[in-house]
Amino acid sequence: MKNKKNPQKKYKPGRLKAREDRMGYLFVAPWIVGAVIFVIYPLFQSFWFALNNIKLTPRGRMYTFVGIRNFTNIWAEDPDFVTNLQSYLTETILAIPIIVVFALIIAMLLNGNIKCRGFFRLIFFLPVIIASGPVMNQLTDQGAATIPAMDVTMIEQLLSQYLPGFLADPISSVFSNFVMLLWYSGIQILLFLAALQKIDGSLYEAAKIDGGSGWECFWKITLPTIKPMILLNAVYTVVFMSNNEQNDIINLIYTTMFSVDGGYGYASAMAWMYSLIELVLIGVVAFLLAGRKDVYERRAKRYRREMRHMARVEKKLERRRLRHEAKFRKEHEKDARANRGRV
Amino acid sequence: MKQSSGKSTKKMQEQTAGVYKRSKKDSLKRFIFGSKDKEGAGKQTVVYLLLISIGFVYLYPLLYMISKSFMSVDDLLDTSINWLPSALYTANYTNASKAMNFWNTFKDSIIVSGVPTLINMAVCAVVGYGFARYNFRGKKIMMGILLFSFVIPPQITMMPTYVLYSDIGILNSLKAFVIPALLGQGLKSQLYILVYYQFFKQVPQALIEAAKIDGAGHFKSFFRIALPSAAPAILVVFLFSFVWYWNEAYLTQLYVVGAFADSNAWNTLVVSLKTFEDSYNSAASVANSQMLNINESIKMAATMLSILPLLIMYLVLQRNFVESIDRTGITGE
Repeated sequence: MKNKKNPQKKYKPGRLKAREDRMGYLFVAPWIVGAVIFVIYPLFQSFWFALNNIKLTPRGRMYTFVGIRNFTNIWAEDPDFVTNLQSYLTETILAIPIIVVFALIIAMLLNGNIKCRGFFRLIFFLPVIIASGPVMNQLTDQGAATIPAMDVTMIEQLLSQYLPGFLADPISSVFSNFVMLLWYSGIQILLFLAALQKIDGSLYEAAKIDGGSGWECFWKITLPTIKPMILLNAVYTVVFMSNNEQNDIINLIYTTMFSVDGGYGYASAMAWMYSLIELVLIGVVAFLLAGRKDVYERRAKRYRREMRHMARVEKKLERRRLRHEAKFRKEHEKDARANRGRV
Repeated sequence: MKQSSGKSTKKMQEQTAGVYKRSKKDSLKRFIFGSKDKEGAGKQTVVYLLLISIGFVYLYPLLYMISKSFMSVDDLLDTSINWLPSALYTANYTNASKAMNFWNTFKDSIIVSGVPTLINMAVCAVVGYGFARYNFRGKKIMMGILLFSFVIPPQITMMPTYVLYSDIGILNSLKAFVIPALLGQGLKSQLYILVYYQFFKQVPQALIEAAKIDGAGHFKSFFRIALPSAAPAILVVFLFSFVWYWNEAYLTQLYVVGAFADSNAWNTLVVSLKTFEDSYNSAASVANSQMLNINESIKMAATMLSILPLLIMYLVLQRNFVESIDRTGITGE
């Protein structure tokens, strides 16, 4: 209809492509519907839940609006949540460097000139396949998750002697479940390995000709190249540690959901609180690892900012010029009219 | 002039001889530590030692599980027996499989993890293609939401979805997994969409344009050009989705099995491992004297049974598992 009225518009460049690109909505449509139903709507609804107390009655759910009391109760009256949160935070913060560094070391060992690389890769990736929540629970219950030759009880005693309780417990649990942490680094190893294999070998050759040692090569070539991968792995580790079934808070939310004095409302408030803390943690990790930029990037950024500033100033001047012109023209016309009237 | 040059050659000879001598003396050191262009044998052994010891630590829980699961009660109590059981004792496995109702649960597990996986494979491919091929308005925001929904803990949306499922009556049935998967919101579907996205980005645009000139529509170019070349991505999505659905106990228990499970509902191996102690005790009380009281060996046997299918699958398909990750380009983000 519109095209008939305005035939010129039909031949505007990029119009055909834009129309074709609209087909993309058709392909993505199932996901859009799913995201609205299963992500965005539940997100708001769970916030609404968190502001209410919900009782399950035979006639349905009874909502009583309580405002933010659920949130304050979590901090003020619930002893479980705060202690679990504390141990979760310390354990995760300890686990990130352990997992990332360990995965990097294994990936570098595998990346060398090694026979049976496939076999070792098979072993290191195995935990990703079998490490599900109940299996890990069974193994940790049996004490099979400690390093075989390590005397864990001695370490625990030492730690509890010299450190305050809130630090000693998570650290000793890290030691006693060390194999578990190693088991969680399967994906990270693969990601690092793939990144290492993409580094151009001629870089190392050039560095060696210039007399660089292996140590220097690692710090000056390997590490800067795989830096984005370190960030990715750290964030993945946080997400994994937070959403996994070994996590006490997750289990706490689950039990609160069906408990008598908790209910959906209180559990939702907990989930919200927990998610916010997790997002903050991810933000901190991302900030720490991605904070510093290359000197060239910084220079380019400054240049771009200056250019933007110049453009803005120019536009401002142009606008001012137009404004003044209009003003003068108006005054001139007024004058001319006045003169005409006088004549 | 002549003299001096002779002197210098003599000097040079001495020098080279010295260098040669020194290199001979250092050859052992070089053999161990290696030179700039060749790795030394000592370094190699250290690397292998490290790899083997770390590999042992990795396998330790598995070995522990296998050895414990074959031990009889006497072996468990005998402190002199650490690793090798005195006899191959398989009663643990028969008892555990009886308590878990193994074959039925196994069949359920395959259906519960297989059906959503197949749907995931198909739907995520379509969505990933849409994101990779077309540049429509709002795409960036949608990708942002996609990543965001991967990062947030599932607990935050768990309760409303639980309420929603119970309201529309799909709770405690397979539909609770199938319907979200159909809408691209299955377990870790976001990750699979990204895998497909990365992969379809690499399909050359010229190929699709050529197909368009030959008269292929949007769907035809998807099915005939993009999809056949995406075989590695499809394999990755299939394997990982299957493994992760298989290992998911928490959501399976909540949505499919039901929090207060009755006997004829769905049951997967991993969920039954979670509730193994109770189910074993009730089975033992029914069977009376034929089944032993629960002990570590039986628990380990049950654990072994629940991971055995995956383990076999992994050993058969291991090459595909590990190498396909490189090939999808998921690492090139």
